[in-house]
Amino acid sequence: MAMATAPTSVRAPARWQDFLQLLKPRVMSLVVFTALTGLVCAPEHLNPVLGAVAILCIAVGAGASGALNMWYDADIDAAMRRTRGRPVPAGRVQGADALALGIVLSLLSVMLMGVGVNWFAAGLLAFTILFYAVVYTMWLKRWTAQNIVIGGLAGALPPVIGWAAATGTAPLNAWLLCAIIFMWTPPHFWALSLYTSDDYAKAGVPMMPVVKGARSTRAQILIYSLLLIPVCVAPAFTGLGGVAYLAVSGLGGLVFLLLAWRLFRSHAGEAADPRNDDGLYDVRAGARDARNLFAFSILYLALMFATLLGEHLAGLKPLELFR
Amino acid sequence: MSDPNLEGEDFRKARRARNIAIALGLAVFVILVYAVTIVNLGSDVIHRPL
Repeated sequence: MAMATAPTSVRAPARWQDFLQLLKPRVMSLVVFTALTGLVCAPEHLNPVLGAVAILCIAVGAGASGALNMWYDADIDAAMRRTRGRPVPAGRVQGADALALGIVLSLLSVMLMGVGVNWFAAGLLAFTILFYAVVYTMWLKRWTAQNIVIGGLAGALPPVIGWAAATGTAPLNAWLLCAIIFMWTPPHFWALSLYTSDDYAKAGVPMMPVVKGARSTRAQILIYSLLLIPVCVAPAFTGLGGVAYLAVSGLGGLVFLLLAWRLFRSHAGEAADPRNDDGLYDVRAGARDARNLFAFSILYLALMFATLLGEHLAGLKPLELFR
Repeated sequence: MSDPNLEGEDFRKARRARNIAIALGLAVFVILVYAVTIVNLGSDVIHRPL
């Protein structure tokens, strides 16, 4: 049982900020950004009040799944340096309270989305919460090195929910936005895990570098990067992105590929190989390449979605090359 | 929720702040439901069959 090794006694008074931390505000802000892009790019325009409610529901739903994740993963979080300060492993919030918060916010966000916006978007939101909290957190994360590949779907769905909130449908272009985040997730997280995998190994989480080693992880990062770039450029050919988007996704994609190639040729992650006995987060020569790709991956995704958002808010025409 | 043995000024302050946060959250939720109802139904809220 996940909670077996987690502290159960409260050592300090639980502040409201601790409960806010359970909702993973930084993840929420990313979810809001991508969901807003989906909502704005949709061809039909939603009433601004309903649009704000839809984005709030998606944000709260994401926060709820974060709270459920922190409840279930308290044992893993307690074992990892990066997460041991979280409210549940630190003993500031009891696991049962995190669970209750997650369930209540999940129900409220899905119900309000259904009653106020539409039930298709509400269904997608419910699926996303369940997928992250149950399929990823309770199953994939502890079971397979493909955990973040499959589990990445939960993080990729918010733009589809935003699009569905505006139109009640989810056409190809909505799923293209989903596909971009889905294909972006493996190189992004594996680049990070190349220099934090000791932490995951100690917690018993089968991240790719822990299971397959650094060399195999670097090769898979390169393969996923090759698959990612065409997906990122595709919206310029389907009536979703304009000239600016084509330039950002294309040029950014070339830089992404260059960094992925450099990472592939480096020795990044080998200091963090569990067979070695180096310190946590020890960065040897070559790990800089992993950090470079990790940092650029965030910038690349943010720039692409910001460009799409900007083009649609400014009313710029998409390229429609193949339409 | 709170352990009586740990009751103190810090705990009372934290509990009061949590209660205020819950009250604000509920107030926001009520306002949202009201706003969504008005936007979705519009003037039909008034001109409905009795």
